[in-house]
Amino acid sequence: MSTIDAGAALASQGTPAASSARSAAESTAIEIRGLSLTFQSADTPVVALDDINLSIRRGEFVSFIGPSGCGKTTLLRVIADLETPSAGSIAVNGVSPESARVNRAYGYVFQAPALYAWRSVMRNVMLPLEIIGMAATERKTRAASYLSMVGLTGFERKFPWQLSGGMQQRVSIARALAFEPELLLMDEPFGALDEITRDHLNDQLLRLYEQTGKTVVFVTHSISEAVFLSNRIVVMSPRPGRILEIIDNVLPAGRRLDIRETTRFLEVAHRVRQALRAGHSYED
Amino acid sequence: MRTDAAALPAGLRAGAAADFVHRIGPVAVIVAVVIVVWYAAAVWLNAPQVIDRFKSDEKPWTARELIDATWSMERPVLPAPHQIAQNFYETVFQTSIESKRSLVYHAGVTVSATLLGFVFGTVLGILLAVGIVHSPVLDRSLLPWIIASQTVPILAIAPMVVVVLGSIGFVGLFPKAVISMYLCFFPVTIGMVKGLRSPDPLQLDLMRTYSASSAQVLWKLRWPAAIDFLFASLKVAIATSLVGAIVGELPTGAQAGLGARLLSGSYYGQTIQIWSALIMASIIGVALVALVGLLEHLVARRMGRPG
Amino acid sequence: MNLRPLRVAALLLMMAGLVAPAGANGWLGGRAALACALCSIFCAGAGLRRWDPILEGGLTILAVLLGAAAPLILLDAPGPFGTAAPGIWLFLTGWALLLWSGLSILSRLPRHGAGALAAPAAFGVALLYLWQVLVVGFAVPQVLLPAPTQVGHILATRMDILWPDFQQTFLKAVLSGYAIGCTAGFLVAVIADRVPFVKRGLLPLSGLVSAVPIVGIAPILVMWFGFDWQSKAAVVVVVTFFPMLVNTLAGLAAADAMQRDLMHSYAASYAQTLMKLRLPAALPFVFNALKINSTLALIAAIVAEFFGSPILGLGFRISAEVARLNVDVVWAVIAIAALAGSMFYGVIAVVERACTFWHPSYRA
Repeated sequence: MSTIDAGAALASQGTPAASSARSAAESTAIEIRGLSLTFQSADTPVVALDDINLSIRRGEFVSFIGPSGCGKTTLLRVIADLETPSAGSIAVNGVSPESARVNRAYGYVFQAPALYAWRSVMRNVMLPLEIIGMAATERKTRAASYLSMVGLTGFERKFPWQLSGGMQQRVSIARALAFEPELLLMDEPFGALDEITRDHLNDQLLRLYEQTGKTVVFVTHSISEAVFLSNRIVVMSPRPGRILEIIDNVLPAGRRLDIRETTRFLEVAHRVRQALRAGHSYED
Repeated sequence: MRTDAAALPAGLRAGAAADFVHRIGPVAVIVAVVIVVWYAAAVWLNAPQVIDRFKSDEKPWTARELIDATWSMERPVLPAPHQIAQNFYETVFQTSIESKRSLVYHAGVTVSATLLGFVFGTVLGILLAVGIVHSPVLDRSLLPWIIASQTVPILAIAPMVVVVLGSIGFVGLFPKAVISMYLCFFPVTIGMVKGLRSPDPLQLDLMRTYSASSAQVLWKLRWPAAIDFLFASLKVAIATSLVGAIVGELPTGAQAGLGARLLSGSYYGQTIQIWSALIMASIIGVALVALVGLLEHLVARRMGRPG
Repeated sequence: MNLRPLRVAALLLMMAGLVAPAGANGWLGGRAALACALCSIFCAGAGLRRWDPILEGGLTILAVLLGAAAPLILLDAPGPFGTAAPGIWLFLTGWALLLWSGLSILSRLPRHGAGALAAPAAFGVALLYLWQVLVVGFAVPQVLLPAPTQVGHILATRMDILWPDFQQTFLKAVLSGYAIGCTAGFLVAVIADRVPFVKRGLLPLSGLVSAVPIVGIAPILVMWFGFDWQSKAAVVVVVTFFPMLVNTLAGLAAADAMQRDLMHSYAASYAQTLMKLRLPAALPFVFNALKINSTLALIAAIVAEFFGSPILGLGFRISAEVARLNVDVVWAVIAIAALAGSMFYGVIAVVERACTFWHPSYRA
């Protein structure tokens, strides 16, 4: 993280080191400096985020993990321009979150599928494509290919309520991928599912990530999910949300579900748990 | 949820005042617009008659005189707001309640029929609802007809009820109350059926584990669960009951009541009288619904809810 | 619920009815009636044995039908009935209990598909039957309550005046007023949604206006638009405007926060969000208003006609014939109005099903 800081500083100086630093800076997808957010409520103001500093490089899979109310969803929403920070700066792809949103730089996956009940599966996936004005035939082929990527070929004509929770969430992921944004923001997408479905979808998501090379920011409250999926884990404290520790994941690429029983996996998970405990996440 | 990090009102007082303006402002603006348009419409609609009168008087007239005249006709096509207000004030506050010209007297006649019909209709509705919830026969045979009856223009029956009951000797309050009852039992029935069926299946299962009888389940679980639905229906019912009482006064040319005032105003071209009666009717409607709301509040307090 | 005591009581009452006096000729005078009554009692008695459910149901229905025929045939004969014929009424009371047990069987049919209509249909027919029998049996004056057959007779023979009445009220006033009122309510709601100032101003006012007994504006509108159907259409417009406005506004707020955030994340324009998310999500509310308005429109048009109408119109016909005490014509008009109202509502319900098939209320 500090390398990028220094690099950004050098980039503005125009030295030969700066050009390499500049290209390093350009490979930064999200840059957050001193971000704070306080919600003004009726009685007392609530400090949701307190002085967040974070850089996320292109192609990284970063997880935010922490106890309920620690601000991880809020942070994700700030990146998505669904909330406005009270202080600090944030740049997404080098521009403000609003510009990034207007340029449709990211796909958002919510905790619930948020599908439109009156549209078939196919038309739900085509929704963002209609909005950006893609031609009808291209919309269809795109949607069909992403549905097959999440393993739902043959369900195009079904309606959301005819699908199980896991399948609906897969449609939601296909929809987020359909207009091919470089950045994927996922807010506890598998939280409402049972463990077996969850494992299956974790595996699928990892393969998708390896296949497409997108930048993924993933919010979760499951330690094993965070360790399995991401190459960097951001541990957050209970409210007010601060970054306690950022753990680099040393697990090998191309891993599959059975890695969860290896010693290396358990070591990383132990580190995450210790960080959470140090931040008093397990206390009342 | 999007937060506005921009400047928020400093201090609670400023916030409350801003909130008040925020809420009352638009209503006040729209009311003001309506009043302006009303005055203009009064001029436009009353002008032909006034111009005829001026022509027959064969005197020259100015625009100012025309406008003044349109706003002070005795039988205008559209009375001006101040004319209505004046008539309302006179017939409510400056006429004795005993007199047949008092709007309060007429309102009282209508309200008594409304309340009687409301009480009958509520009792009938609750009894039907309890029957429907406890008897599969009534549920499958009767309930569809009750729902279908909503599609029948019930008010069309009003004249007949009044005349038929009149021919066997029931006049005055009772036929109107019957019409009101017929109108308001429906929302009460439907609302109570929904309410009595609203407890969670888990709560009903709990009662079964206690081997509770139907009556106990009704009294201890279903009835309290249905209170919200009941009051929502009562508000609809009392407003409908008022309409029923007014319509019940139309067919036989009743002499007393708000409906009678509307009818006689219509026959004799007394438009101001019609508008006054209408305003009284809406005030009463709002007051009755507010009364039910107050009752609801008291019951909720007694049940220990914030209500 | 145990039906046996009910059935036994039914059987006893029916048998008692056969023994008691039944009018001038009595049961023995009307052979056909006696035969039906005896067969009915036989079926009811046979149904008491524990057969399989289909046979039991069939026997009960047969008993009910035969039992219904008996008093009808008896009452065809001349001569006073009423309190002089307690036999018929005892028999009928037993028959009613038998009917209840029959309805109980029909109520067990599944709620979906054709069988769902059996119980309410049977109940409706039974009510008509009882109406006929009681009116004829107690010689109720026609002024008070005509028999269904008399009403049917009017419907069959007087269509020459009833059809133009229907055209005037329903086809002209109701349909045009409904179309204008609902469209206006919808458009104003969309505008109010776009301009929150208008919304904050209109909603409290519409609550106030809906407290006005709308029927009261009828005389005023008659004065402005004249006696013909246009004034009635105007009343319908006013009556249908506010429920449509309130419901559409509620519907436009129905899309949940997550779905709206999704649109926001796509940087969708206001128009795109409106057309792709908020209007489809509002449809259930819009149809709720359309259904409510369908009944309100007909009521408003008919009541408006009480205040003045050319010599045409359903409401006019009611008030005119009531004054002449032709109560059978009044009932015929009510039957037509009821049929029109139900069909109007039914058409909208069918369209609603086609457009909002996705709503959870259809999946219960």
